[in-house]
Amino acid sequence: MTEPSLSQQEFLAKEKRHKSQVQICRVMLLVLLLALWELCAELGVIDSFIFSSPVKIWACFAGMAGDKSILLHIGITLLETLVSFLLVVIIGVAAAVALWASRSLSEILEPYLVMLNSLPKSALAPLLIVWLGNNIRTIIVAAVSVAVFGSILTLHTGFMQTDPDKIRLVQSLGGTKKDVLLKVLIPSSIPLIISNMKVNVGLCLVGVIIGEFLSAKAGLGYLIIYASQVFKMDMLVMSIVILCIVSTVLYQVIALLEKRVL
Amino acid sequence: MKTKLEVKGLCYSYHTLAGETQALLDISFDVKDGEFFVIVGPSGCGKSTLLSLLCGLIEPERGTVSIDGKARDESHAAMGYMLQKDHLFEWRTIFSNISLGLEIQNRLDGKAREELAEMLDTYGLSQFRDARPGQLSGGMRQRAALIRTLALKPDILLLDEPFSALDYQTRLEVCDDISTIIRTQKKTAVLITHDLSEAISVGDRILVLSSRPGQVKDVIPVTFSREYDRPLLRRNAPEFSAYFNQLWKELRSHD
Repeated sequence: MTEPSLSQQEFLAKEKRHKSQVQICRVMLLVLLLALWELCAELGVIDSFIFSSPVKIWACFAGMAGDKSILLHIGITLLETLVSFLLVVIIGVAAAVALWASRSLSEILEPYLVMLNSLPKSALAPLLIVWLGNNIRTIIVAAVSVAVFGSILTLHTGFMQTDPDKIRLVQSLGGTKKDVLLKVLIPSSIPLIISNMKVNVGLCLVGVIIGEFLSAKAGLGYLIIYASQVFKMDMLVMSIVILCIVSTVLYQVIALLEKRVL
Repeated sequence: MKTKLEVKGLCYSYHTLAGETQALLDISFDVKDGEFFVIVGPSGCGKSTLLSLLCGLIEPERGTVSIDGKARDESHAAMGYMLQKDHLFEWRTIFSNISLGLEIQNRLDGKAREELAEMLDTYGLSQFRDARPGQLSGGMRQRAALIRTLALKPDILLLDEPFSALDYQTRLEVCDDISTIIRTQKKTAVLITHDLSEAISVGDRILVLSSRPGQVKDVIPVTFSREYDRPLLRRNAPEFSAYFNQLWKELRSHD
């Protein structure tokens, strides 16, 4: 490798400067908002009993971290999200493959899938409680129902757009429908499946929280409802902050997977 | 020379809800063993449909395709099909791309692997064995696609405008390259193209199709003297322009 030219070095330095500026501004924005919030609470501009404050949120977290109860709530929510996420991925891919394989099946089921996809799934949750009981199963089914129909439709549309010439190629080499599936369809759809996973992990978290609102004895959704009922606003806001962090982490894990695979 | 491929009275129509489109009407011709047979015609005349029929990807409405005197379904002759684009799979290495056909037919054993490695060597791709298709030039990709087709040891090669996706200069080189490989291997080949000079530079005989519905207008034998035995050389031969004009007129005449 030769030394990059002067103009190239200048360009790289400029890019680096820009990136660090963006990074600094991001952190500054957060710090500024937190400081403003705290200041307003301290000065009595806002009522900290209702709006809470960063210091009180931290104190609440420290207290719950001390007796480890917060770990249980985060753990339960994470577990439910991951189980429902895996179910959505498996059911989504399997159903989309089945719809791809049979034109009749896909045409018969299409209106039902579209209807189920546009139905607000929170409406199903009370029904699920009655059917399945007040337990973790209900929450997982609720979460799956939020994500799975959209996932099937997206994957099926993607599968149908597979390059017909690539399919012809496999057929001309003597391949069957199974060969087309395993050698063209699935490998060429990996990017689509992963980008769909990114959407699903967020939707599953939404579904889990809806489920926990209605039927749970633990979890962040339960904590939010509990805190609002007993008016512990610190705990409520803390739960929301933790949810933000959880959803970001989950998304980043899949983004990391995407980078490794592609 | 004996007849390798015989086509008799082939007809095919496409059906949509809007109506029926006659693509091919009463196509008959034969291809001799080891011959390089070229089919030219205006775009939309059903050239690609014809190859799909020869390959058995679709069934004719009427007419027969026979190989070595036996019906296509009964003969165990293998057809190698090369498409317009190379369609190398980006998620596979070059080696696993060229072994795709053998893999599908469960014939990828140690001996087949060795043969593939030899072919990579012969066609100057051995250092790209584990490379991704994206790292290869257009010409090299087309060679890899040819190896993928040849790996199944086809009796007849069907080439569906395999050079049309390349830029002009690469196209001339790759056409020269690939057709020389096919000739040295003494394979029977059927090439489809809309490029008249390409047809003249590689073909032994040229079949002219009319516009839709595709019908056989004429079959023109092409002969060049010995010193013009490669496609690129043929283009410099004195006979070249005479053949070109003949084909041009043939395609222009409307009945």
